[in-house]
Amino acid sequence: MNIFQDANRKQIADRRRTDWLLHILFVVATSIGVIALCALIIDILIDGISRLQPDLFTNFPSRKADGSGMKSALVGTIYMLLIMAPVSFIFGVGAAIYLEEYAKKGRFTRLIQLNISTLAGVPSIVYGILGLALFVRLLALDRSLIAGALTMTLLVLPIIIVSAQEAIRAVPKSRRDASFALGATKWQTVSRSVMPSALPGVLTGVILAMSRAIGETAPLVMIGALTYVAFLPNGITDSFTVIPIQVYNWLSKPQLEFKELAASGIIVLLVLLLLMNFSAILLRNKYQKNV
Amino acid sequence: MEALIHIDKLNLYYGAFHALKNVTLTIPEKAITAFIGPSGCGKSTLLRTLNRMNDMIPGTRIEGGISIGGTEIYSNEVDVETLRKKVGMVFQQPNPFPKSIYDNVAYGPRLHGTTNKKELDEIVETSLKSAVLWEEVKDHLKRSAFGLSGGQQQRLCIARALAVNPNILLMDEATSALDPISTLKIEELAQELKDKYTIVMVTHNMHQAARVSNQTVFFLNGEVIEYSDTEKLFSNPTDQRTEDYISGRFG
Ligand SMILES: Nc1ncnc2c1ncn2[C@@H]1O[C@H](COP(=O)(O)OP(=O)(O)O)[C@@H](O)[C@H]1O
Ligand SMILES: [Mg+2]
Repeated sequence: MNIFQDANRKQIADRRRTDWLLHILFVVATSIGVIALCALIIDILIDGISRLQPDLFTNFPSRKADGSGMKSALVGTIYMLLIMAPVSFIFGVGAAIYLEEYAKKGRFTRLIQLNISTLAGVPSIVYGILGLALFVRLLALDRSLIAGALTMTLLVLPIIIVSAQEAIRAVPKSRRDASFALGATKWQTVSRSVMPSALPGVLTGVILAMSRAIGETAPLVMIGALTYVAFLPNGITDSFTVIPIQVYNWLSKPQLEFKELAASGIIVLLVLLLLMNFSAILLRNKYQKNV
Repeated sequence: MEALIHIDKLNLYYGAFHALKNVTLTIPEKAITAFIGPSGCGKSTLLRTLNRMNDMIPGTRIEGGISIGGTEIYSNEVDVETLRKKVGMVFQQPNPFPKSIYDNVAYGPRLHGTTNKKELDEIVETSLKSAVLWEEVKDHLKRSAFGLSGGQQQRLCIARALAVNPNILLMDEATSALDPISTLKIEELAQELKDKYTIVMVTHNMHQAARVSNQTVFFLNGEVIEYSDTEKLFSNPTDQRTEDYISGRFG
């Protein structure tokens, strides 16, 4: 007896063809994204590679393209990170701990939660407007490094809160129970049991949020940081510039040389982003091994 | 045997659900008491009232009283951290922290303020010895607890509970995730520990209760149907439902 005799060959062939067609479609869909990204990177590399000289990092921007650099922008970006990272870590993780561990799970908490999730998707320029009103005007910080960093902190805070909450939520309940059953208080449980387990996930979120912030331009343009800065900030109330702003400045000039400078600035930014995302991946892998 | 724990007309509600109904029970000191009964009858719930772990479940309401050594544990004078230090707990799934073996055992003493290295070393050693784990781990205390087998992890959790010097040890189906040999080791350990500690264990395995416990409590639908000497309960139960359960007619 042939157990295959009742197979419907035509129907099977049709199914196989559908499968094959969709396979092709998915490959094409993926390729479009990858090709676009490659084209972008190659284009920028062609434009900018010749300007990737020591001058770029050691010189200030100037009116002449030759010998023009982005020292002030690079340092500005790093200073901004140095302020933003601890401030957003403290407030972001603090809020996440409160919402996950302390807040009563009532209607009010749900409302806050909804708000935070929504804020994570608000266009960045809106944060610029808020920063302008709050830090530049009300607190009279002017368009200073601190005003810029705080505006950016507001921008990344919802992202950090949401990702930290996820990391905290991922810590098994049994680990909290073990701690409480030994007579730990809430804070002891959070600080000694929950946070050590959640920290790699929290840090990953913080790094990814930072890498979003250093590429942002709109909020800084909004608070008036779109200026020509040919010096390093001496304190947090000095004016400053950052890499994307410097790129924007160069792009707005008509000469070709400045376009090349802009491209090299983008390369530096991309490398920085890549490094940050890479370290986030390293952290995540280490975390997965430990748990 | 002297009674250490007195449970008096205890009612517990999870929201509208009446989970423990008028439970009255005494638990003897330095002996093993086993809670048996079909799944969902309230064994774990009653166990968790003894160290007030139920406090953390929102919507839980409790009536009646529990006194341990003469102190009403739900009164305002008792702080729950001290209670939990004196009433240790071991869970169904071994739940070590993702820390070294040493740091797992030292976790409790550190919570309660022991920072001296020598003191901690001593506590870790005696606790691991009491949990019959010392010989297996003494040469690699710094290794992650996750490298241990399930049975070893459970004994580590027992050592961790013993490290804060409790009087009572609660075990909620502490062997149900383990293989038979590890189960046997934990049962033997419980036998040893009862000389120094009052042990209350939940088990869904009647044979385990018969093997290791001195007193057995039979639960059904949130009520205590019967409790007595283990031997008496299994050989000569007074309630028909107990007899039906232990003869395997339901559950
Ligand atoms: N956190 C909770 N919230 C609501 N109901 C619960 C909760 N925990 C347990 N229950 C209910 O209480 C009853 C007793 O549960 P439990 O004490 O876990 O039973 P056992 O340990 O005997 O299997 C069950 O019906 C269970 O569904
Ligand atoms: Mg149970």
